[in-house]
Amino acid sequence: MTEQRFSPLRLLVAAIRPIDPLLFGLLAVLLGYAFGLMHSASPERIASLLVNSGVAVAAMWLAARLSPQRLLSLALPLYAGGVLLLVAVDLFGETSKGATRWLDIGVTRIQPSEIMKIAMPLMLAWYFQQREGHIRLREFVVAGALLAVPVALILVQPDLGTSLLVAAAGFYVIYFAGLSWKLIVPVALVGIVGIGAIVGFGDQLCQPGVDWQMLREYQKHRVCTLLDPTQDPLGRGFHIIQSTIAIGSGGVLGKGWTEGTQTHLAFLPERHTDFIFSVLAEEFGLLGALVLLATYLLLLLRGFFIAAHAPSLATRLLAGSITMIFFTYAFVNMGMVSGILPVVGVPLPFISYGGTALVTLCLGVGILMSIQRSRVLAKS
Amino acid sequence: MTEFRTPEEELGRFRRRVLVAGIVALVCFGLLAARFYYLQVVRHEYFHTRAEDNRIGLVPIVPTRGAILDRNGVTLARNFAAYTLEITPSQVADLDETIDALSEIVTIDARDRRRFRKLLEESRNFESVPIRTRLDDAEVARFVARRYRFPGVEVQARLFRDYPHGEVASHVIGYIGRINLRDQERIEERGDTANYRGSDHIGKSGLELSYEAELHGVTGVEQVEVNAGGRAVRVISRTPAATGSDLELTLDIELQKVAEAAFGDRRGALVAIDPRTGGVLALASKPTFDPNLFVDGISTADWNELNDSPDHPLLNRAIFSAYPPGSTFKPFMALAALTTGKRSANQAIADPGYFSFAGHRFMDDKVGGHGTVDLHKSIVVSCNTYYYQLANDLGIEGIAGFMAPLGFGARTGIDIPGEAEGVLPSPAWKRGRFKKPEQQRWYGGETISVGIGQGYNAYTPVQLANALATIVNGGKVFRPHVVRHVIDTASGERRAIQPEPIRQLAIKPAHLAAVRDAMVDVNKSGTGARAFAGAPYSAGGKTGTAQVYSLKGSKYVAGRVRERLRDHSWFIAYAPAENPTIALAVLVENGGFGAQSAAPIARQVIDYHLLGARLDAPAREDAGAAEAEDDSHAGHDEATP
Repeated sequence: MTEQRFSPLRLLVAAIRPIDPLLFGLLAVLLGYAFGLMHSASPERIASLLVNSGVAVAAMWLAARLSPQRLLSLALPLYAGGVLLLVAVDLFGETSKGATRWLDIGVTRIQPSEIMKIAMPLMLAWYFQQREGHIRLREFVVAGALLAVPVALILVQPDLGTSLLVAAAGFYVIYFAGLSWKLIVPVALVGIVGIGAIVGFGDQLCQPGVDWQMLREYQKHRVCTLLDPTQDPLGRGFHIIQSTIAIGSGGVLGKGWTEGTQTHLAFLPERHTDFIFSVLAEEFGLLGALVLLATYLLLLLRGFFIAAHAPSLATRLLAGSITMIFFTYAFVNMGMVSGILPVVGVPLPFISYGGTALVTLCLGVGILMSIQRSRVLAKS
Repeated sequence: MTEFRTPEEELGRFRRRVLVAGIVALVCFGLLAARFYYLQVVRHEYFHTRAEDNRIGLVPIVPTRGAILDRNGVTLARNFAAYTLEITPSQVADLDETIDALSEIVTIDARDRRRFRKLLEESRNFESVPIRTRLDDAEVARFVARRYRFPGVEVQARLFRDYPHGEVASHVIGYIGRINLRDQERIEERGDTANYRGSDHIGKSGLELSYEAELHGVTGVEQVEVNAGGRAVRVISRTPAATGSDLELTLDIELQKVAEAAFGDRRGALVAIDPRTGGVLALASKPTFDPNLFVDGISTADWNELNDSPDHPLLNRAIFSAYPPGSTFKPFMALAALTTGKRSANQAIADPGYFSFAGHRFMDDKVGGHGTVDLHKSIVVSCNTYYYQLANDLGIEGIAGFMAPLGFGARTGIDIPGEAEGVLPSPAWKRGRFKKPEQQRWYGGETISVGIGQGYNAYTPVQLANALATIVNGGKVFRPHVVRHVIDTASGERRAIQPEPIRQLAIKPAHLAAVRDAMVDVNKSGTGARAFAGAPYSAGGKTGTAQVYSLKGSKYVAGRVRERLRDHSWFIAYAPAENPTIALAVLVENGGFGAQSAAPIARQVIDYHLLGARLDAPAREDAGAAEAEDDSHAGHDEATP
């Protein structure tokens, strides 16, 4: 860029330029939901949400300003650092509620598995970029190994939800990189048949005493609760039962903002975090839920558009993967609170309370913006 | 596996994969939309109801139990508020641990723990169960400061039943206790479940039981919004409870005290009735018990003491125990003689001191007999021979036929639960009573014994008192009642318990007068004369002695047992003779002759009733009769200056 005289207007334009108006508009709608619902569900957290979203938007803006090349150059150090931190967590991490997920670095506690949600697709995109033109089975095996290491480290914490999300993020890159359908289809079929079997034989599998080899007891519990929430109506099933009551009782138009009885009489658990969608569905009804679905859908469409028009292999893979991460969060969260997926700790993207997740997701939006801008720049 | 492609081919493949991903996302979102539609449109009604059920809780408002007052407005049963420490078992992880921790703050002794365990078995898990009742202010303060440590434990202000007169009239008033499973079943049978939601206590005996419906009141209901923890957040609507009605009795608690005190340590019963209305003035059963012991759930020690006592303090002798009436039966026999025409008032017999029947001699008390005995004299001197003959002439069917309308051998219908029927012997009764044919046959000799109130005859004191009331009020048979008014506490409306007689007996006034005159002379010159010496009023009476069966063949053992083999002492009386306002029957178990122990009690009660003269000392027995006379004189002098 040429040297220019100081001008506030120019500065503002320069500041705004990296921001994709469509993505930012959709993000604004989602954050609007977040503030509105927080005011209803947990008003005392509004100030804190304001700080979180400020930090998250700043992170988005920073990522958007960086060129995709700069972002990709961070891939290897981020990935390596993340893996080292995960090992550190497994060795000296803090244990809370039976899971070791946090690392106390003096100032604050960090959750290295969150870093991996961004580092993982970056790393794989960078790796495939390095091997562009030579992507064979060997590359997929290496990519699979790069993916397996952090996923395994997170799984032993144990944190099934995050490990699945990281695995998904990595898988999307591999998928977009062209992993053969001959591999994907059989695995997907095995998965579908497996889930079918669990649902079909749920009664037998969920008998106490039946050991599920691979999974821990609480994980078995979650799956079984999904199959039959009434089995444990005051324990895990309570969440799902109360959440479906909240959604169902909302009807078409909802009970009105701050009028949700399930929310305000504390029947909804974790109503400001993972179960915030139930608040939305109770107070704004089917209409509010469909507007949210539409917003997410537009976000996905914009993401896919950016991916399809991205200037390089790495940016394509990265944009496609990030978009699919948004989809995964949204689908898993809404599927779980409405009772069609098991309860795993996945937040509703951009809306659930929780600083780390919001920052991570906004970083993703920023990366999409960066890729979109690089396409525009590359064209011009 | 992937062959080399041009960048254009690569981009094309990537875009196809994006399309596939987009389709997957769209399908999944469609699935979610379908799910939302199913929950929010198709099943909206169901979930709406579920949410409302979540939201609204019904909290019963327990009504205050009505009070019980005597005829002069003296309180006999009332409520007072006290703090209780209560545990909701379902909200407590470890009961024993919680109780141990609580016992460091408030006193919880072994008895409290035992009672808690017992109540726990009877209660449902979500109900709160008291561990300690009647906490003092310091204990409440100590607990409240530490309540955060005790989820599921609460201090509640509750109303307790209190019987300020303690043991006095406890057989009449009865007591309340916690609702147990059997009560619960009865409540369900009555269809009263809703009204007892939230109620802990129910009448267990006496008026507390028989007037339960009036005393309990109507449970109110509060619709509250509850949160997930079941805690009420906001009241939506409120239907207040209706306080139970008060009972105003015909009973005079002061008269009752006089009666009970007059018994001293002796066992027995007294029933005093206003013959004009059938209202019970006093109803005593000795020994008695303290109903306050039952209110919180009686301790095992107290219960065993009451239940195992050979004196059976829980037994209401006045209405449940049936004894042979002895000579108190004679005035009724005399009336039967006149009414049936078997005797006239001036018809006399010669009493040789015995009556021969089928080769057996039925002996008179007086050796050599009373000489010439007419109806009047037969009552005054209590001549057995007269009644042996009369019984033989009337026959057992004749006796039973006359006595049944007077209420002998049938429940009077008094408004206290637990009344016994007694036995009015007849051939029909005997056939029903015994199994073997030879036992079922009625023997003529048995009729002779019945004539003097012995044999199979067995009546409760209330039957005897009510029969006496009937012959002094001109033949009106009332249903004796202890409650005079049921008072609606909200409106103040007083519903009278009807004093209408059940039936009017067709007995000629002249016949009644003949019998009554004789009874007045019993107290002037006959067997009751000593007990009624110096009375400033004239009273009718009749002594009686009921043989204790077990005497035959039993060995005389020292002490108590020996005392228990003595005859029961009866006395029936009414006063004033001209216009009777009280008719009573007194029984003293193992009290010997009627004149000996029962008559002095009757005298004290009538004295208090007519003169307001109350004697604190128990009535003395025969040995001190002269002194007793002096005492009662002194009493009159003070009361009637």
